[in-house]
Amino acid sequence: MTKVTMTVNGKAVSGDVEGRTLLSSFLREDQGLTGTHVGCDTSQCGACVVHVDGAAVKACTMLAAEADGAEVNTIEGQANADGSLNVIQQAFQDHHGLQCGFCTPGMVMSAAALLKDNPKPSEQEVRDYLEGNICRCTGYHNIVKAIMAASGQDVPAMAAE
Amino acid sequence: MYNFDVEKPGTIAEAAAAMGADEAQALGGGQTLIPTLKQRLASPSTLVSLRGVAEMQGITRDGDSLRIGGATTHAAVAADGSYPALSALAAHIGDPAVRNRGTIGGSLANNDPAACYPAAALASGATIVTNTREIAADDYFQGMFETALDEGEIITAVRFPIPQAAHYEKFVQPASRFALVGVFVAKFADGVRVAVTGASNEGVHRWAEAEAALSADFSAGAIDGLSVSADNLIADLHGSAAYRAHLVKVMTGRAVSAAS
Ligand SMILES: Cc1cc2nc3c(=O)[nH]c(=O)nc-3n(C[C@H](O)[C@H](O)[C@H](O)COP(=O)(O)OP(=O)(O)OC[C@H]3O[C@@H](n4cnc5c(N)ncnc54)[C@H](O)[C@@H]3O)c2cc1C
Ligand code: FES
Ligand code: FES
Repeated sequence: MTKVTMTVNGKAVSGDVEGRTLLSSFLREDQGLTGTHVGCDTSQCGACVVHVDGAAVKACTMLAAEADGAEVNTIEGQANADGSLNVIQQAFQDHHGLQCGFCTPGMVMSAAALLKDNPKPSEQEVRDYLEGNICRCTGYHNIVKAIMAASGQDVPAMAAE
Repeated sequence: MYNFDVEKPGTIAEAAAAMGADEAQALGGGQTLIPTLKQRLASPSTLVSLRGVAEMQGITRDGDSLRIGGATTHAAVAADGSYPALSALAAHIGDPAVRNRGTIGGSLANNDPAACYPAAALASGATIVTNTREIAADDYFQGMFETALDEGEIITAVRFPIPQAAHYEKFVQPASRFALVGVFVAKFADGVRVAVTGASNEGVHRWAEAEAALSADFSAGAIDGLSVSADNLIADLHGSAAYRAHLVKVMTGRAVSAAS
Protein backbone atom coordinates (compact mmCIF):
# COMPACT_ATOMS: atom_id res chain seq x y z
CA MET A 1 0.00 0.00 0.00
CA THR A 2 1.16 3.53 -0.69
CA LYS A 3 -0.24 6.74 0.61
CA VAL A 4 -1.73 9.20 -1.87
CA THR A 5 -2.75 12.77 -1.22
CA MET A 6 -4.84 14.86 -3.57
CA THR A 7 -7.30 17.72 -3.60
CA VAL A 8 -10.82 16.52 -4.32
CA ASN A 9 -13.41 19.22 -4.94
CA GLY A 10 -11.21 21.72 -3.14
CA LYS A 11 -10.60 19.57 -0.08
CA ALA A 12 -7.28 17.88 0.72
CA VAL A 13 -7.77 14.12 1.09
CA SER A 14 -5.43 11.20 1.50
CA GLY A 15 -5.66 7.44 1.69
CA ASP A 16 -3.73 4.21 1.33
CA VAL A 17 -4.02 2.56 -2.06
CA GLU A 18 -2.71 -0.51 -3.85
CA GLY A 19 -0.86 -0.07 -7.12
CA ARG A 20 -3.92 -1.35 -8.98
CA THR A 21 -6.44 0.93 -7.24
CA LEU A 22 -8.24 2.92 -9.93
CA LEU A 23 -9.00 6.59 -9.38
CA SER A 24 -12.70 5.68 -9.74
CA SER A 25 -12.39 3.10 -6.93
CA PHE A 26 -10.54 5.55 -4.71
CA LEU A 27 -13.23 8.20 -5.20
CA ARG A 28 -16.18 5.85 -4.77
CA GLU A 29 -14.96 3.41 -2.15
CA ASP A 30 -12.41 5.39 -0.11
CA GLN A 31 -13.95 8.81 -0.36
CA GLY A 32 -17.61 7.76 -0.59
CA LEU A 33 -18.05 9.95 -3.67
CA THR A 34 -20.35 7.60 -5.56
CA GLY A 35 -21.48 10.24 -8.05
CA THR A 36 -18.64 9.13 -10.34
CA HIS A 37 -20.31 6.18 -12.03
CA VAL A 38 -18.66 3.09 -13.47
CA GLY A 39 -20.62 1.85 -16.46
CA CYS A 40 -18.18 -0.38 -18.29
CA ASP A 41 -14.93 -2.18 -17.85
CA THR A 42 -13.56 -1.19 -21.20
CA SER A 43 -12.86 2.58 -21.01
CA GLN A 44 -15.65 3.30 -23.45
CA CYS A 45 -18.74 4.69 -21.71
CA GLY A 46 -17.51 7.91 -20.06
CA ALA A 47 -19.83 7.63 -17.02
CA CYS A 48 -16.71 7.99 -14.86
CA VAL A 49 -15.37 11.26 -16.34
CA VAL A 50 -13.80 13.56 -13.75
CA HIS A 51 -11.35 16.44 -14.09
CA VAL A 52 -7.72 15.90 -13.11
CA ASP A 53 -5.71 19.13 -13.08
CA GLY A 54 -8.44 20.65 -15.22
CA ALA A 55 -8.55 17.96 -17.93
CA ALA A 56 -11.44 15.53 -18.47
CA VAL A 57 -10.26 11.96 -17.93
CA LYS A 58 -11.88 8.57 -17.42
CA ALA A 59 -11.41 7.86 -13.70
CA CYS A 60 -11.72 4.13 -14.42
CA THR A 61 -8.66 4.31 -16.72
CA MET A 62 -6.24 6.08 -14.42
CA LEU A 63 -4.54 4.74 -11.31
CA ALA A 64 -5.14 6.48 -8.00
CA ALA A 65 -1.35 6.51 -7.58
CA GLU A 66 -1.08 8.60 -10.75
CA ALA A 67 -3.40 11.22 -9.24
CA ASP A 68 -1.13 11.71 -6.23
CA GLY A 69 -0.69 15.46 -5.78
CA ALA A 70 -3.34 16.30 -8.37
CA GLU A 71 -6.40 18.47 -8.20
CA VAL A 72 -9.46 16.32 -8.86
CA ASN A 73 -12.99 17.57 -9.46
CA THR A 74 -16.04 15.31 -9.49
CA ILE A 75 -19.76 15.75 -9.99
CA GLU A 76 -20.14 16.28 -6.24
CA GLY A 77 -18.20 19.54 -6.55
CA GLN A 78 -20.27 20.97 -9.37
CA ALA A 79 -23.21 22.58 -7.52
CA ASN A 80 -23.10 26.27 -6.63
CA ALA A 81 -21.83 27.28 -3.20
CA ASP A 82 -25.40 27.55 -1.88
CA GLY A 83 -26.17 24.00 -2.98
CA SER A 84 -28.29 24.96 -5.97
CA LEU A 85 -27.63 23.31 -9.33
CA ASN A 86 -24.99 25.00 -11.48
CA VAL A 87 -25.80 26.30 -14.94
CA ILE A 88 -25.04 23.01 -16.70
CA GLN A 89 -26.89 20.85 -14.17
CA GLN A 90 -29.90 23.18 -14.27
CA ALA A 91 -29.92 23.06 -18.06
CA PHE A 92 -29.96 19.24 -17.98
CA GLN A 93 -33.03 19.44 -15.72
CA ASP A 94 -34.75 22.13 -17.80
CA HIS A 95 -34.17 20.34 -21.11
CA HIS A 96 -34.84 16.83 -19.86
CA GLY A 97 -31.22 15.88 -20.58
CA LEU A 98 -31.45 12.72 -18.49
CA GLN A 99 -33.75 9.78 -18.08
CA CYS A 100 -32.24 7.10 -15.83
CA GLY A 101 -29.40 9.47 -14.97
CA PHE A 102 -26.64 6.89 -15.01
CA CYS A 103 -24.57 8.65 -17.68
CA THR A 104 -25.32 12.13 -16.34
CA PRO A 105 -22.31 12.69 -14.03
CA GLY A 106 -19.95 11.95 -16.92
CA MET A 107 -22.03 14.04 -19.32
CA VAL A 108 -22.00 17.03 -16.97
CA MET A 109 -18.25 16.72 -16.35
CA SER A 110 -17.52 16.43 -20.07
CA ALA A 111 -19.80 19.40 -20.78
CA ALA A 112 -18.00 21.46 -18.13
CA ALA A 113 -14.62 20.62 -19.70
CA LEU A 114 -15.91 21.55 -23.15
CA LEU A 115 -17.41 24.88 -22.09
CA LYS A 116 -14.25 25.84 -20.22
CA ASP A 117 -12.22 25.55 -23.47
CA ASN A 118 -14.95 26.53 -25.89
CA PRO A 119 -17.65 28.69 -24.24
CA LYS A 120 -19.85 28.90 -27.37
CA PRO A 121 -19.57 25.53 -29.13
CA SER A 122 -21.56 24.71 -32.25
CA GLU A 123 -24.01 21.83 -32.09
CA GLN A 124 -21.50 19.69 -34.02
CA GLU A 125 -18.70 20.56 -31.60
CA VAL A 126 -20.90 19.46 -28.68
CA ARG A 127 -21.67 16.16 -30.42
CA ASP A 128 -18.00 15.58 -31.25
CA TYR A 129 -16.91 16.32 -27.70
CA LEU A 130 -19.39 13.79 -26.31
CA GLU A 131 -18.03 11.00 -28.50
CA GLY A 132 -16.74 9.16 -25.43
CA ASN A 133 -19.91 9.56 -23.36
CA ILE A 134 -22.51 6.90 -24.00
CA CYS A 135 -26.18 7.29 -23.05
CA ARG A 136 -28.59 4.39 -23.43
CA CYS A 137 -31.73 6.41 -22.72
CA THR A 138 -32.03 9.88 -24.16
CA GLY A 139 -30.88 9.52 -27.75
CA TYR A 140 -28.56 12.48 -27.03
CA HIS A 141 -30.73 15.25 -28.49
CA ASN A 142 -31.79 16.63 -25.11
CA ILE A 143 -28.26 16.38 -23.76
CA VAL A 144 -27.00 18.46 -26.69
CA LYS A 145 -29.85 20.93 -26.16
CA ALA A 146 -28.98 21.24 -22.48
CA ILE A 147 -25.34 21.98 -23.23
CA MET A 148 -26.22 24.52 -25.90
CA ALA A 149 -28.58 26.19 -23.43
CA ALA A 150 -25.95 26.12 -20.67
CA SER A 151 -23.59 27.98 -23.02
CA GLY A 152 -26.20 30.73 -23.36
CA GLN A 153 -27.03 29.90 -26.97
CA ASP A 154 -30.32 29.23 -28.66
CA VAL A 155 -31.32 25.63 -28.35
CA PRO A 156 -31.13 24.18 -31.87
CA ALA A 157 -34.07 22.59 -33.57
CA MET A 158 -32.94 19.00 -33.86
CA ALA A 159 -32.95 17.25 -37.19
CA ALA A 160 -34.88 14.29 -35.79
CA GLU A 161 -37.80 16.44 -34.66
CA MET B 1 -6.58 -6.73 -12.12
CA TYR B 2 -3.67 -8.50 -10.50
CA ASN B 3 -1.81 -6.20 -8.17
CA PHE B 4 1.45 -4.43 -9.07
CA ASP B 5 3.69 -1.68 -7.75
CA VAL B 6 3.78 1.74 -9.38
CA GLU B 7 7.07 3.54 -9.90
CA LYS B 8 7.13 7.20 -10.84
CA PRO B 9 10.59 8.10 -12.15
CA GLY B 10 11.43 11.74 -12.91
CA THR B 11 14.12 11.19 -15.54
CA ILE B 12 14.75 8.85 -18.48
CA ALA B 13 17.71 7.35 -16.63
CA GLU B 14 15.54 6.53 -13.61
CA ALA B 15 12.83 5.14 -15.86
CA ALA B 16 15.31 2.91 -17.69
CA ALA B 17 16.66 1.64 -14.36
CA ALA B 18 13.13 0.92 -13.11
CA MET B 19 12.37 -0.99 -16.33
CA GLY B 20 15.24 -3.31 -15.45
CA ALA B 21 13.20 -4.86 -12.64
CA ASP B 22 11.75 -8.31 -13.16
CA GLU B 23 8.37 -8.14 -15.00
CA ALA B 24 8.41 -4.35 -15.15
CA GLN B 25 6.26 -2.69 -17.82
CA ALA B 26 6.02 0.90 -19.05
CA LEU B 27 2.83 2.84 -18.32
CA GLY B 28 2.14 5.71 -20.73
CA GLY B 29 -1.38 7.10 -20.59
CA GLY B 30 -2.83 3.73 -19.64
CA GLN B 31 -5.59 4.02 -22.25
CA THR B 32 -4.68 0.64 -23.70
CA LEU B 33 -2.74 -0.94 -20.86
CA ILE B 34 -5.26 -0.38 -18.03
CA PRO B 35 -8.15 -2.02 -19.94
CA THR B 36 -5.73 -4.88 -20.75
CA LEU B 37 -4.81 -5.26 -17.09
CA LYS B 38 -8.50 -5.26 -16.13
CA GLN B 39 -8.95 -8.27 -18.38
CA ARG B 40 -5.96 -9.90 -16.72
CA LEU B 41 -4.25 -10.21 -20.10
CA ALA B 42 -1.01 -8.91 -18.56
CA SER B 43 0.47 -9.34 -15.11
CA PRO B 44 3.43 -7.00 -14.62
CA SER B 45 4.91 -6.81 -11.15
CA THR B 46 5.80 -3.13 -11.57
CA LEU B 47 4.38 -0.39 -13.75
CA VAL B 48 6.82 2.37 -14.57
CA SER B 49 4.74 5.51 -15.10
CA LEU B 50 6.34 7.72 -17.76
CA ARG B 51 3.98 10.67 -17.59
CA GLY B 52 6.12 12.37 -14.94
CA VAL B 53 9.36 12.24 -16.97
CA ALA B 54 9.81 15.90 -17.96
CA GLU B 55 12.34 15.11 -20.74
CA MET B 56 9.65 12.99 -22.46
CA GLN B 57 7.06 15.78 -22.55
CA GLY B 58 6.43 18.43 -25.13
CA ILE B 59 6.90 19.33 -28.78
CA THR B 60 9.78 21.26 -30.32
CA ARG B 61 10.19 22.36 -33.91
CA ASP B 62 13.59 22.51 -35.53
CA GLY B 63 13.30 23.72 -39.12
CA ASP B 64 11.38 21.10 -41.08
CA SER B 65 11.49 18.57 -38.28
CA LEU B 66 9.22 18.13 -35.27
CA ARG B 67 10.34 16.35 -32.11
CA ILE B 68 7.57 15.02 -29.89
CA GLY B 69 8.40 13.65 -26.44
CA GLY B 70 7.34 10.03 -25.99
CA ALA B 71 5.00 10.86 -23.11
CA THR B 72 3.27 13.73 -24.92
CA THR B 73 -0.51 13.35 -24.96
CA HIS B 74 -2.67 13.16 -28.06
CA ALA B 75 -4.35 16.38 -26.82
CA ALA B 76 -1.02 18.24 -26.79
CA VAL B 77 -0.20 17.10 -30.34
CA ALA B 78 -3.71 18.05 -31.47
CA ALA B 79 -3.24 21.55 -30.06
CA ASP B 80 0.23 22.09 -31.57
CA GLY B 81 -0.44 22.64 -35.28
CA SER B 82 3.20 22.75 -36.55
CA TYR B 83 2.48 19.63 -38.64
CA PRO B 84 -1.20 20.18 -39.43
CA ALA B 85 -2.01 16.67 -40.72
CA LEU B 86 -0.45 15.12 -37.62
CA SER B 87 -2.35 17.44 -35.27
CA ALA B 88 -5.59 16.65 -37.12
CA LEU B 89 -4.90 12.94 -36.72
CA ALA B 90 -4.29 13.34 -32.99
CA ALA B 91 -7.48 15.38 -32.65
CA HIS B 92 -9.53 12.42 -33.89
CA ILE B 93 -8.06 9.64 -31.76
CA GLY B 94 -10.76 8.19 -29.53
CA ASP B 95 -12.49 10.89 -27.50
CA PRO B 96 -11.37 13.92 -25.45
CA ALA B 97 -10.75 11.95 -22.24
CA VAL B 98 -8.63 9.37 -24.10
CA ARG B 99 -6.68 12.19 -25.77
CA ASN B 100 -6.00 13.84 -22.40
CA ARG B 101 -4.22 10.70 -21.14
CA GLY B 102 -3.02 8.64 -24.12
CA THR B 103 0.51 9.25 -25.38
CA ILE B 104 2.31 8.96 -28.71
CA GLY B 105 4.93 6.64 -27.22
CA GLY B 106 2.23 4.31 -25.90
CA SER B 107 0.44 4.21 -29.22
CA LEU B 108 3.62 3.42 -31.20
CA ALA B 109 4.81 0.85 -28.64
CA ASN B 110 1.47 -0.90 -28.76
CA ASN B 111 1.26 -0.87 -32.60
CA ASP B 112 -2.41 -1.82 -32.69
CA PRO B 113 -3.24 -2.83 -36.29
CA ALA B 114 -6.02 -0.21 -36.33
CA ALA B 115 -4.20 2.61 -34.53
CA CYS B 116 -3.68 6.02 -36.12
CA TYR B 117 -0.16 7.16 -35.13
CA PRO B 118 1.62 4.19 -36.76
CA ALA B 119 0.28 5.37 -40.16
CA ALA B 120 1.59 8.89 -39.53
CA ALA B 121 5.02 7.67 -38.41
CA LEU B 122 5.41 5.31 -41.36
CA ALA B 123 4.12 7.73 -44.02
CA SER B 124 6.24 10.58 -42.66
CA GLY B 125 9.37 8.46 -42.44
CA ALA B 126 9.62 9.35 -38.74
CA THR B 127 12.43 8.28 -36.43
CA ILE B 128 11.55 6.48 -33.20
CA VAL B 129 13.99 7.61 -30.50
CA THR B 130 14.46 5.29 -27.55
CA ASN B 131 16.61 5.37 -24.44
CA THR B 132 19.26 3.36 -26.29
CA ARG B 133 19.02 4.10 -30.06
CA GLU B 134 17.16 5.61 -33.00
CA ILE B 135 14.98 3.42 -35.22
CA ALA B 136 13.67 4.40 -38.67
CA ALA B 137 9.91 3.88 -38.98
CA ASP B 138 10.56 1.57 -41.96
CA ASP B 139 12.41 -0.80 -39.62
CA TYR B 140 10.26 -0.23 -36.55
CA PHE B 141 6.84 -1.70 -37.43
CA GLN B 142 7.09 -5.49 -37.66
CA GLY B 143 3.48 -6.69 -37.88
CA MET B 144 0.38 -6.61 -35.72
CA PHE B 145 1.37 -5.51 -32.18
CA GLU B 146 5.01 -6.25 -33.11
CA THR B 147 7.76 -3.63 -33.08
CA ALA B 148 11.55 -3.44 -33.09
CA LEU B 149 11.55 -2.47 -29.39
CA ASP B 150 13.58 -4.68 -27.10
CA GLU B 151 12.37 -5.78 -23.70
CA GLY B 152 12.43 -2.78 -21.36
CA GLU B 153 13.22 -0.26 -24.12
CA ILE B 154 11.43 3.09 -23.79
CA ILE B 155 10.30 5.41 -26.60
CA THR B 156 11.59 8.75 -25.37
CA ALA B 157 10.71 10.82 -28.46
CA VAL B 158 9.55 10.65 -32.06
CA ARG B 159 11.05 12.87 -34.79
CA PHE B 160 8.82 13.71 -37.76
CA PRO B 161 10.11 15.36 -40.96
CA ILE B 162 7.35 17.82 -41.90
CA PRO B 163 6.15 17.09 -45.47
CA GLN B 164 5.20 19.64 -48.13
CA ALA B 165 1.63 18.36 -47.97
CA ALA B 166 -0.05 15.58 -46.04
CA HIS B 167 -3.40 14.26 -44.86
CA TYR B 168 -4.78 11.36 -42.83
CA GLU B 169 -8.13 10.01 -43.92
CA LYS B 170 -9.77 7.72 -41.38
CA PHE B 171 -12.87 5.62 -41.91
CA VAL B 172 -14.01 5.32 -38.32
CA GLN B 173 -15.16 2.04 -36.87
CA PRO B 174 -18.04 3.59 -34.97
CA ALA B 175 -18.00 1.36 -31.88
CA SER B 176 -14.29 1.53 -31.06
CA ARG B 177 -13.51 4.83 -32.81
CA PHE B 178 -10.29 3.28 -34.12
CA ALA B 179 -9.70 3.16 -37.88
CA LEU B 180 -11.63 0.56 -39.86
CA VAL B 181 -9.19 1.71 -42.53
CA GLY B 182 -7.00 4.79 -42.31
CA VAL B 183 -4.57 6.12 -44.91
CA PHE B 184 -1.85 8.70 -44.31
CA VAL B 185 -0.40 10.36 -47.43
CA ALA B 186 2.74 12.52 -47.16
CA LYS B 187 4.32 14.41 -50.08
CA PHE B 188 8.01 15.27 -49.79
CA ALA B 189 10.35 16.93 -52.31
CA ASP B 190 11.76 13.50 -53.20
CA GLY B 191 8.49 11.58 -53.45
CA VAL B 192 5.23 10.54 -51.85
CA ARG B 193 4.78 8.02 -49.03
CA VAL B 194 1.48 6.25 -48.34
CA ALA B 195 0.83 4.25 -45.15
CA VAL B 196 -2.25 2.16 -44.49
CA THR B 197 -3.61 1.17 -41.07
CA GLY B 198 -6.63 -0.91 -40.03
CA ALA B 199 -6.54 -3.05 -43.15
CA SER B 200 -3.89 -5.74 -42.92
CA ASN B 201 -3.20 -8.77 -40.77
CA GLU B 202 0.42 -7.60 -41.05
CA GLY B 203 -0.42 -4.29 -39.36
CA VAL B 204 0.51 -0.88 -40.70
CA HIS B 205 2.24 -0.98 -44.12
CA ARG B 206 3.17 1.15 -47.11
CA TRP B 207 1.35 0.96 -50.44
CA ALA B 208 4.20 0.99 -52.96
CA GLU B 209 2.11 1.19 -56.19
CA ALA B 210 0.23 4.23 -54.92
CA GLU B 211 3.50 5.86 -53.85
CA ALA B 212 4.94 5.44 -57.35
CA ALA B 213 1.79 6.74 -59.05
CA LEU B 214 1.45 9.71 -56.70
CA SER B 215 5.14 10.61 -56.90
CA ALA B 216 4.65 11.00 -60.67
CA ASP B 217 1.31 12.82 -60.40
CA PHE B 218 0.04 14.00 -57.01
CA SER B 219 -3.68 13.90 -57.77
CA ALA B 220 -6.48 11.60 -56.65
CA GLY B 221 -6.93 10.46 -60.28
CA ALA B 222 -3.37 9.09 -60.37
CA ILE B 223 -4.45 5.96 -58.47
CA ASP B 224 -7.58 5.30 -60.58
CA GLY B 225 -5.96 2.41 -62.41
CA LEU B 226 -4.64 0.68 -59.29
CA SER B 227 -6.36 -2.09 -57.40
CA VAL B 228 -5.75 -3.42 -53.89
CA SER B 229 -5.65 -7.14 -53.29
CA ALA B 230 -7.82 -8.48 -50.45
CA ASP B 231 -5.23 -11.18 -49.68
CA ASN B 232 -4.26 -11.16 -46.03
CA LEU B 233 -6.48 -8.19 -45.21
CA ILE B 234 -8.45 -8.17 -41.96
CA ALA B 235 -11.97 -9.59 -42.14
CA ASP B 236 -14.27 -9.21 -39.15
CA LEU B 237 -17.89 -8.37 -38.39
CA HIS B 238 -17.22 -4.72 -39.22
CA GLY B 239 -16.04 -5.38 -42.76
CA SER B 240 -14.83 -8.11 -45.10
CA ALA B 241 -11.34 -8.19 -46.58
CA ALA B 242 -12.74 -7.11 -49.97
CA TYR B 243 -14.52 -4.16 -48.33
CA ARG B 244 -11.30 -3.08 -46.62
CA ALA B 245 -9.39 -3.41 -49.91
CA HIS B 246 -11.94 -1.09 -51.51
CA LEU B 247 -11.66 1.37 -48.61
CA VAL B 248 -7.85 1.54 -48.89
CA LYS B 249 -8.15 2.99 -52.38
CA VAL B 250 -11.05 5.30 -51.55
CA MET B 251 -9.34 6.64 -48.41
CA THR B 252 -6.08 7.16 -50.34
CA GLY B 253 -7.88 9.19 -53.00
CA ARG B 254 -9.61 11.30 -50.38
CA ALA B 255 -6.37 11.84 -48.48
CA VAL B 256 -4.65 13.09 -51.65
CA SER B 257 -7.54 15.46 -52.45
CA ALA B 258 -7.49 16.85 -48.91
CA ALA B 259 -3.69 17.04 -48.52
CA SER B 260 -2.37 20.47 -47.65
C1 LIG C 1 -12.19 4.45 -26.12
C2 LIG C 1 -10.84 4.44 -26.78
C3 LIG C 1 -10.74 4.84 -28.10
C4 LIG C 1 -9.50 4.86 -28.76
N1 LIG C 1 -9.45 5.25 -30.05
C5 LIG C 1 -8.27 5.24 -30.70
C6 LIG C 1 -8.17 5.66 -32.06
O1 LIG C 1 -9.14 6.10 -32.68
N2 LIG C 1 -6.95 5.61 -32.66
C7 LIG C 1 -5.83 5.19 -32.01
O2 LIG C 1 -4.78 5.19 -32.60
N3 LIG C 1 -5.89 4.81 -30.73
C8 LIG C 1 -7.07 4.82 -30.06
N4 LIG C 1 -7.12 4.43 -28.75
C9 LIG C 1 -5.87 4.01 -28.09
C10 LIG C 1 -5.19 5.21 -27.48
O3 LIG C 1 -4.66 6.04 -28.48
C11 LIG C 1 -4.08 4.82 -26.51
O4 LIG C 1 -3.81 5.97 -25.78
C12 LIG C 1 -2.79 4.34 -27.12
O5 LIG C 1 -2.94 3.31 -28.03
C13 LIG C 1 -1.84 3.84 -26.05
O6 LIG C 1 -1.18 4.91 -25.50
P1 LIG C 1 -1.04 5.07 -23.94
O7 LIG C 1 -0.11 6.19 -23.71
O8 LIG C 1 -2.37 5.15 -23.32
O9 LIG C 1 -0.25 3.74 -23.57
P2 LIG C 1 -0.48 2.64 -22.43
O10 LIG C 1 -1.86 2.13 -22.48
O11 LIG C 1 0.02 3.16 -21.14
O12 LIG C 1 0.54 1.54 -22.95
C14 LIG C 1 0.33 0.77 -24.13
C15 LIG C 1 1.54 -0.14 -24.34
O13 LIG C 1 2.70 0.62 -24.66
C16 LIG C 1 3.73 0.46 -23.69
N5 LIG C 1 4.32 1.80 -23.52
C17 LIG C 1 3.65 2.93 -23.15
N6 LIG C 1 4.46 4.01 -23.26
C18 LIG C 1 5.65 3.56 -23.72
C19 LIG C 1 6.89 4.19 -24.06
N7 LIG C 1 7.05 5.52 -23.98
N8 LIG C 1 7.91 3.41 -24.48
C20 LIG C 1 7.76 2.07 -24.60
N9 LIG C 1 6.62 1.41 -24.31
C21 LIG C 1 5.57 2.14 -23.88
C22 LIG C 1 3.05 -0.11 -22.48
O14 LIG C 1 3.93 -0.90 -21.71
C23 LIG C 1 1.94 -0.93 -23.12
O15 LIG C 1 2.44 -2.17 -23.56
C24 LIG C 1 -8.34 4.43 -28.06
C25 LIG C 1 -8.43 4.03 -26.72
C26 LIG C 1 -9.66 4.04 -26.08
C27 LIG C 1 -9.74 3.61 -24.64
S1 FES D 1 -16.61 3.37 -16.49
FE1 FES D 1 -14.99 4.58 -17.22
S2 FES D 1 -15.32 4.60 -19.33
FE2 FES D 1 -16.92 3.30 -18.63
S1 FES E 1 -29.94 8.88 -19.04
FE1 FES E 1 -29.85 6.75 -18.88
S2 FES E 1 -27.89 6.34 -19.73
FE2 FES E 1 -28.13 8.41 -20.13
